[in-house]
Amino acid sequence: MSVNTEKKSAVLKERRTFDVGSWLIPFVAVLVAMFIAAVLMYLQGASPLTAYTSLLKSAFGSAPGIGKTLGKATPLVLSGLAVTIGLRAGLFNIGAQGQLISGALASAWAGYAIHGLPMAIHLPLALLIGAFFGSLTGLIAGALKAYRGIHEVISTIMLNSIVISLVDYLASGPFKEHGQPLTRTAPVLKSALVPKFFGLPLGFFIALALSYAVWWVFRRTTSGFRLETVGRNKNAAWYAGINVKRSILIAMAVGGAVAGLGGAVETLGITGRFEPAFNAGLGFDGITIALLGRANPLGIIPGAILIGGMRAGAASMQFDAGVAPEIVDLLMALILFFVSAPLLTRWLRRGKGAASSVTGGWGS
Amino acid sequence: MAPLLEVIGVSKQYPGVLANDDISLTVDSGEVVALLGENGAGKSTLVKAVFGLLRPDAGEIRIKGEPIVFGDTNAVIGRGVGMVHQHFQLVPVMSVAENIVLGDEPRRGGLLNMKKARAEVRALSERYGLAVDPAAMVEDLPVGMQQRIEILKALRKEVDLLILDEPTAVLTPQEIDEFLNVVRVLASQGVGIVLITHKLREVMAVADRVVVLRGGKVVGITTPKESNEEGLAQLMVGRSVVLRVNKGDAHPGKPVLTIKGLEVRDDRKLKAVDGVNLEVLSGEIVGVAGVEGNGQRELVEAICGMRPRAAGEVLVGGVPTENMHPHAVHLSGISHIPEDREKHGLVSSYSIADNLVLNQFDQEPFARGWIRNAGEITKNAHVLVKQFDIRTPSIKATAGTLSGGNMQKVIVARELSQDFHVLVAAQPTRGIDVGSIEFIHKQLIAARDRGAGVLLVSAELDEILSLSDRVAVMSGGKIVAVLDATGADRAYIGRLMAGLHD
Ligand SMILES: Nc1ncnc2c1ncn2[C@@H]1O[C@H](COP(=O)(O)OP(=O)(O)OP(=O)(O)O)[C@@H](O)[C@H]1O
Ligand SMILES: [Mg+2]
Repeated sequence: MSVNTEKKSAVLKERRTFDVGSWLIPFVAVLVAMFIAAVLMYLQGASPLTAYTSLLKSAFGSAPGIGKTLGKATPLVLSGLAVTIGLRAGLFNIGAQGQLISGALASAWAGYAIHGLPMAIHLPLALLIGAFFGSLTGLIAGALKAYRGIHEVISTIMLNSIVISLVDYLASGPFKEHGQPLTRTAPVLKSALVPKFFGLPLGFFIALALSYAVWWVFRRTTSGFRLETVGRNKNAAWYAGINVKRSILIAMAVGGAVAGLGGAVETLGITGRFEPAFNAGLGFDGITIALLGRANPLGIIPGAILIGGMRAGAASMQFDAGVAPEIVDLLMALILFFVSAPLLTRWLRRGKGAASSVTGGWGS
Repeated sequence: MAPLLEVIGVSKQYPGVLANDDISLTVDSGEVVALLGENGAGKSTLVKAVFGLLRPDAGEIRIKGEPIVFGDTNAVIGRGVGMVHQHFQLVPVMSVAENIVLGDEPRRGGLLNMKKARAEVRALSERYGLAVDPAAMVEDLPVGMQQRIEILKALRKEVDLLILDEPTAVLTPQEIDEFLNVVRVLASQGVGIVLITHKLREVMAVADRVVVLRGGKVVGITTPKESNEEGLAQLMVGRSVVLRVNKGDAHPGKPVLTIKGLEVRDDRKLKAVDGVNLEVLSGEIVGVAGVEGNGQRELVEAICGMRPRAAGEVLVGGVPTENMHPHAVHLSGISHIPEDREKHGLVSSYSIADNLVLNQFDQEPFARGWIRNAGEITKNAHVLVKQFDIRTPSIKATAGTLSGGNMQKVIVARELSQDFHVLVAAQPTRGIDVGSIEFIHKQLIAARDRGAGVLLVSAELDEILSLSDRVAVMSGGKIVAVLDATGADRAYIGRLMAGLHD
């Protein structure tokens, strides 16, 4: 059997195809961003070493610090997950911010306006209402894409503006706390507050469970396979009997629900009421986190914790090293830049090589 | 003087596959070197290295005596090298003319001079006898047309070395003849040519030298004079290959596929299929012969639910099938090997295992309820990879890393492994090596003998005549004749195809 020996010489051995290179990008992106930020701090006359040590200590050095970090990380996991679900289905959901904010306001309303329910009903109800309104916001972009072919990047950016303005109006008008000068709602009732769990916010565990669930759905179920196939090759998906329009709707609705839940958890667990300024940027951070996590529902968790830690430790960094807390925004921007630059080049070059990534659907 | 191209000890390792293993060869000016080898032997890998598209792990490549920098395509192009790629490199949303001039556009005042581009393309097309419509959008075109565009693009620039990676896989016999003439003329003008093909007839016709690869190694260098088709096939696959199709008599039964008064429009809304009536019986193979562009593609797509049927019906076992719903048609009993494998047939970033269940991922046993059954999917993949001899280091490798012929085998394996009453096969052996063609032909005949009806569309009249029991000749969107395949007169069929019937 000369054929078989011939075949064996060409096929050396079965090797697991774990793509080390693709997981290297996020690490390198974070390190390079931290290095550039360090140079900037140094030029400002601050000590980067002191700054980073203080950041690390306050974010991860004590039990309350870790609690705070995970609290900050919770909505970030969820908004990262929302963006991830979209990316998997070939949609670049820039609208996590709008979806998150609509969920935040809706859950705040449910938290203060609905009276007389026990916690076992009130809290889940308020969370669900948050998810529902987030989902609705996502669904609008999904429907525009599915039935009108409007690119989701455009529609979600526009929806962000609409939702942010609408929510500002509601929080400063109809939903405003009575007799107070600030633009914010009344505090959420005790029965709708997300409790702590050994000093750790319960919301974080909800976010972890949801990430795992999404990971499992994509890995093991036919529903996940449908969305993912649409994300990778719409023509082949249609040909294989997958309803492409419905998949787009589902991806945007579920992504929106997850982002809305993120807003709800933040409102009911951390801020205790809706105040527009509190939620600024959480949804946008989700984009960075999803890309850092390579659009993997579990991969986003470390990224969310890292960024949550930076946010949690920013104040003490300012105190100890004298650097402005805005350095964290700068860091985030740098990370986003370095993590998306290689992805973008690959996207621009897609079709040339055989390998395509989960972000293959950005342009279509 | 140094040879035009020298490849010295080139090796390329992919995860789990040594795609090129210490390959050395030379090509002189004015010489046509045919590169032969099984699917996955490493032909495309080698020419991609020459063209600067990938970096080998070892070895050296010299053009006109000067080593090239690996991975620098632009430099290689600058040294007078052109290439026709196996996987088309066209921009789907641009016109034919735009694609051909892309990279070196005729300009007027900094802008693309569209008029000049079209004129240039028309001239090219006439000069080389490859008909294209300069204004058509590439995404609307059948693969044969796309192939012509790729060739014209490569011929547009004067080159010293031309690399052709399976340029003829989807061309019609007449086009191939013209193309081979072009190759001869270019060679006589001093152009060195590397030609990759699975069609041994072409090798015998134009090659000065033949280099045979197997498992990434050079296993033989010969000339057409010293060898013959059987010998080359044997050298390629390492065993003797039966190049002729052996089949028993057909035992046709009841009609399984009935096409009634079918009318279909093409992408420009013109009538492409004009009142076709055709019946395929169980236990027979019906071949559709025709010059490309006479409605075969639209016919197949309409049957398979991929293109709206403007009028008429398609019935499987007497039951009408759904319009514009490929999966419903599939479930009603039609298996389909699509013409455009990369667009419809495969998800290139999915594993081979997932691609092998792509249109049955939610059916038993590959899913229980809505949970996918990884064990069954893996088992299925192992069985089919072995049975269809798909060359890959792992069933987890993505389909995009497969060689062209092995991608085709994945689709053929998936479609043939399912239950079907009707098989619609469009270019089923496109880009497949002689050894595997023999196997696939046997499978088609076995499907027929199990009682399926097979509708075969191929650009190769030889393939149609040798496999079919009946031949339907298509011309101008109509079936102009249905003939018995045994003893059919090639010349007569040729005249019918050209529309010269009386
Ligand atoms: N990008 C890639 N990643 C991993 N493996 C690859 C890649 N490209 C090719 N291979 C492997 O290298 C081997 C040689 O592939 P190549 O495309 O050179 O074959 P080929 O001789 O051109 O075959 P065909 O006749 O089917 O086109 C195959 O086993 C293929 O699976
Ligand atoms: Mg090849």
